[in-house]
Amino acid sequence: MFDRATAQCCNQDRACRDSTGDPGPHRLRSRVVGGVSALLTLPPSVDHPSSGSESHLPNVPGTPALIDPRGPRFAAALTTLVLAAALITGSGALLAAQTLVFALGATLGLRFSPYGLLYRTLVRPRLGPPGELEDERPPRFAQAVGFAFGAVGTIGYLVGPSWLGVAACALALAAAFLNAAFGYCLGCEVYLLLVRSRGRLDHG
Amino acid sequence: MADPTGLIVCAAVLVAATVFGLIRAARDGKLRPRRPRDDASRLSATDLGEPLGTRATLVQFSTSFCATCPATRRLLRELAAATPGVTHVDIDATVRLDLVRQFDVLRTPTVLVLNPTGHLIRRASGPPTRTELLAALEEAATA
Repeated sequence: MFDRATAQCCNQDRACRDSTGDPGPHRLRSRVVGGVSALLTLPPSVDHPSSGSESHLPNVPGTPALIDPRGPRFAAALTTLVLAAALITGSGALLAAQTLVFALGATLGLRFSPYGLLYRTLVRPRLGPPGELEDERPPRFAQAVGFAFGAVGTIGYLVGPSWLGVAACALALAAAFLNAAFGYCLGCEVYLLLVRSRGRLDHG
Repeated sequence: MADPTGLIVCAAVLVAATVFGLIRAARDGKLRPRRPRDDASRLSATDLGEPLGTRATLVQFSTSFCATCPATRRLLRELAAATPGVTHVDIDATVRLDLVRQFDVLRTPTVLVLNPTGHLIRRASGPPTRTELLAALEEAATA
């Protein structure tokens, strides 16, 4: 399951850019960003060039898509709420819905997943342009990892055993929460561990 | 009364994840001194495929699916460009699994600071800060 998700993720690695041309109202930016970054604890942008704006970036074919890093963070916050609700109510249907969202995020890219669309239409216009852009591939890979856990959990809840549903949902919740609250991409870190373990299998 | 298992597990997960997140936030990117088992660890120009810096070498392990690697790359490149004798080598961890195993790399970015003879002086898991890197570069040049 992991391997298929990885391959899918890699195959989708084509150049397409954030098409949000509207920078949004600037006057609101400082006030709103201050409040929202306190809420979502946005990662520090000290090491990044602050002048980087989407319109100035060359659109080179073959380069990975660059996205507003606040989008995945917002999606992680929503994911945390949905997974917590699924875990508390023990709802296989709710976890299945979240698993579908993960699948869309991994195959279409986060910008075109339901939470990404929500971010772009409702949240981003109030924030103004991002100070920096980030590579789309890490959060997208993490969506594929989330899909793997969500799928296992859904099977656990709907078919059994139910402890499997609880365990998989709990792990996915931990990862989503760490992303939303601390900006850690645990799903991304799975990648190196996977490659390491696969290398070990190959070499005996 | 609904089954409280999910609620209990949910609360436990959020508490555990918060503790994990705070501990990691405190340790993330800290340039720690080498451990005893790293004592014999040395990288040559042949291992790296690039010459060692005459003052220090900053070795970074990255992957394509690493959210914080690009920012670390920019910082290390900038430091290497600004400090004579310091070089920056960016290694794709998935290609150099031999080095990944030798140095026990579990996360990216992992940054190794080598002295002029290629011995490990300090290492960091997660993105290191400029201040700590500058101090480590001083240490490497004199070690």
